[in-house]
Amino acid sequence: MKKIGRMVLTLTVLGLISGLVLSMVSNYADPLIKQNQQEAIREAVYYVVQPTESYEKKTMDGKVIYESYDSSNELIGYAFTASGSGYQGTIRVMAGVGPDLKEIKGIQILESNETPGLGGKIRGEDFKNQFRGLNISQEVGLVKTEEPETGEIQAITGATISSRAIVNIINKELTRVRSIFDEGE
Amino acid sequence: MVKDFIKGLWKENPVFVQVLGMCPTLAVTTSLINGLSMGLATTFVLVASGLAISSLRKLIPDQVRIATFMIVISSFVTVVKLLFEAHIPAISSQLGPYLPLIVTNCIILGRQEAFASKEPVSRSLLDALGMGIGFALALVILGSVRELFYQGTIGGVQVLGSWYKSMIIMVQPAGAFISLSLLVGLFQRISGRK
Repeated sequence: MKKIGRMVLTLTVLGLISGLVLSMVSNYADPLIKQNQQEAIREAVYYVVQPTESYEKKTMDGKVIYESYDSSNELIGYAFTASGSGYQGTIRVMAGVGPDLKEIKGIQILESNETPGLGGKIRGEDFKNQFRGLNISQEVGLVKTEEPETGEIQAITGATISSRAIVNIINKELTRVRSIFDEGE
Repeated sequence: MVKDFIKGLWKENPVFVQVLGMCPTLAVTTSLINGLSMGLATTFVLVASGLAISSLRKLIPDQVRIATFMIVISSFVTVVKLLFEAHIPAISSQLGPYLPLIVTNCIILGRQEAFASKEPVSRSLLDALGMGIGFALALVILGSVRELFYQGTIGGVQVLGSWYKSMIIMVQPAGAFISLSLLVGLFQRISGRK
């Protein structure tokens, strides 16, 4: 009986100390972590819609949309996040579109676990820059070897699945954002 | 005393000799900086847990020692994870799930069971430091080799000229296994164990 008492006491006291220490560290770290996440969002908005000088976060129909303004306070576009399955795990992107939803201003990869060296290249400037000024009067298309035409993206060699995943994620979210705006009018 | 420290670096190196902690060793060593940050995070947990367990060793009843080790280790791992996320978010997202997974690293539990729970604080500290630095060194070497052959850089600094054609396999799991086994072989050769 005495033995059991000591075992329970040891574990209880240790558990209490551990909980106390962790809550202290978490109190300290949480605001910093939140700040980092906001900073990441801010950088992504500035990157996808250029030249953003300020932006406003709005929630429309449950969807968070960032309205971007340039230095003369003119609305130059919207940014929003989109996610879906990649080749490995979830890919989260930030996409920016023009104010009339007729072109993509840019995209940024927020989170991805694609194969390094292959699918991982979706994070590269070469791939992301293909989206700058991309016409989206139709769904974004994907081509493999041929020259991309208007509204088309060329897939990364050896990473067709990852490239297609990005295109699909963006197409899907664009449809949703369009319908939200249509309802709003 | 000095031996307690040195053995982790060379004679009982956790990666090259004991072949422990293979999960982070293989998974995160795509570059020098990733290997280094994983190595340092693990060293911190090793040292902190070693100090805690060693100073409590006379109070912990034998029957619940593993449970006690786990509470101590997982608390320190959570502390490391929170601090990484708060101060170096870029590295923390590179390491992904492997940062919290330090809790399952058998080097840490192994050192508590084999050393810290039996030896005085000062010796446990040296043992944990030696093992941690030995682990970190191995990860840094592996990370540098893989980064070098992948894109011709070490720690982001260009080493090989632009003629070097990148070897994609080196950042993939297969490259991890190949370079680790070659390094273990080399280590055995140098230390005369063949």
